[in-house]
Amino acid sequence: MRKTVIPFGPQHPVLPEPIHLKLTVEDERITEVIPALGYVHRGLERLADVRDFHQMIQVVERVCGICSVIHALCYCQGVEEMMGVEVPPRAKFLRVMWSELHRIQSHLLWLGLFADSFGFESLFMQFWRVRERIMDISEATTGNRVIVSVNVVGGVRRNPDAEQLRWLLTQLDWVEEEIQRLETTMLEDYTVKKRTVGKGVLTGEKAYELGAVGPVLRASGVAQDTRQTGYAAYGDLHFEPVVETGGDCYARSKVRFRETLASIDLIRRAINRLPDGEVRAKVKSKGNPQGETVNRVEQPRGELLYYLKGKGEKNLDRVRIRTPTFANIPPLLVMLPGLYLSDVPVVTLSIDPCISCTER
Amino acid sequence: MFKMTSNIMRNLVVKKSTRRYPYEVREPFDQVRGELVNDIDRCIFCGTCAVKCPSQCIEVDKQTYKWNYDPFACVYCGVCVDICPAKSLFQKTQYRKPVGERLTISMQGKPRKKAKDKEAAKAKEVPAAEPGGEPPPDESPSAPEE
Repeated sequence: MRKTVIPFGPQHPVLPEPIHLKLTVEDERITEVIPALGYVHRGLERLADVRDFHQMIQVVERVCGICSVIHALCYCQGVEEMMGVEVPPRAKFLRVMWSELHRIQSHLLWLGLFADSFGFESLFMQFWRVRERIMDISEATTGNRVIVSVNVVGGVRRNPDAEQLRWLLTQLDWVEEEIQRLETTMLEDYTVKKRTVGKGVLTGEKAYELGAVGPVLRASGVAQDTRQTGYAAYGDLHFEPVVETGGDCYARSKVRFRETLASIDLIRRAINRLPDGEVRAKVKSKGNPQGETVNRVEQPRGELLYYLKGKGEKNLDRVRIRTPTFANIPPLLVMLPGLYLSDVPVVTLSIDPCISCTER
Repeated sequence: MFKMTSNIMRNLVVKKSTRRYPYEVREPFDQVRGELVNDIDRCIFCGTCAVKCPSQCIEVDKQTYKWNYDPFACVYCGVCVDICPAKSLFQKTQYRKPVGERLTISMQGKPRKKAKDKEAAKAKEVPAAEPGGEPPPDESPSAPEE
């Protein structure tokens, strides 16, 4: 049959960010996919040459527009490891709290966008309405809505008092109730299932072999989550990953939906066990970072890896960032062949692509 | 169908989820990092904010006592507020209103007398009355010149 090459992106109504996929199509079915990246490269890693290692926190926060806390957390953990700084326990629990708040808002954002990708716009509005409350919590506790710059080398900058934490918990109760109200629509609705069940299937072995991370991997039945390594205070919170076995778009949305509720639970446990004391260790006497570290944390989209190298100077020698979307593009190329052209937006969005992250 | 009806009935009684924004503005939270303001009378022109700023949006001229700030390059991280030794920088809880043109905020300060300089000035007066007193202590290079 005659082959046609159809470009998908870099500008497409369903894509929030520019990724270009060259789709080879036979009739209506896709046979081959070639991705092209590089539309939003900003060279943030190179900025380490001109910004000192404290200023780099604000730079790495801007690698991803949505999960700033977790990027800064990973970077700070790396620098702290090189400098031999012990983070106070209260700061570790607060880091978990803010990470999970960011995971909730990122997942709610994705669930809304995903609903929008198959044309369910009122569900999109409902998810973003709930998300707004999480943004308010961020603003009240850290000072900013998205890029909160709350992590510093040695701990965190804000110390919420008991009253603020009580308010946070009441707000979370409201959020949980509202998310649960949307559960039947997101997971049991006939039209939603029609567009997602059995689309873009990725088997467990294939996902593992291609190095999928995060919800894409867990939706294929592989129980792997970097939070299991117990960084920050996750080790004390008895964390268990959310796993589904379907491997299709429906399973991926279910993993993210359940993770949102699991994150609310984690925040509650973190606040209940929050120890008293300092939130910021003194780092001035420790000098400059020296040596090499590799640090992994779990971003909403999957495993995030930071390689840092310092020579004992104010500026770091090398900052290398590997983001989860970069790892999830090869699995995407396996999911798409065999599908109809009309399913491409839904399947592409199901890996939660964050292109500005990937290209840095 | 029944589910839909209950949803419609609920939506008739609940509050709107949006706000008529320019006319109705939500009260800001207490700890919000909004507009950056420099209380220029308290500023000692040490230049620490300019050095620590991650977006390099602040320029300080120690000789002419000028404090320049580009609000459009600022990322509102609040690092300068945290490290300001004179506590002259602070952030309002309101965000800066949108404007049509780019602008740089330039503030002109007055040379400020430090406590140490005042003592030095007194010490200068004393030797005039009784010669042979101790010479006045050296002024640090960053101290403002009269």
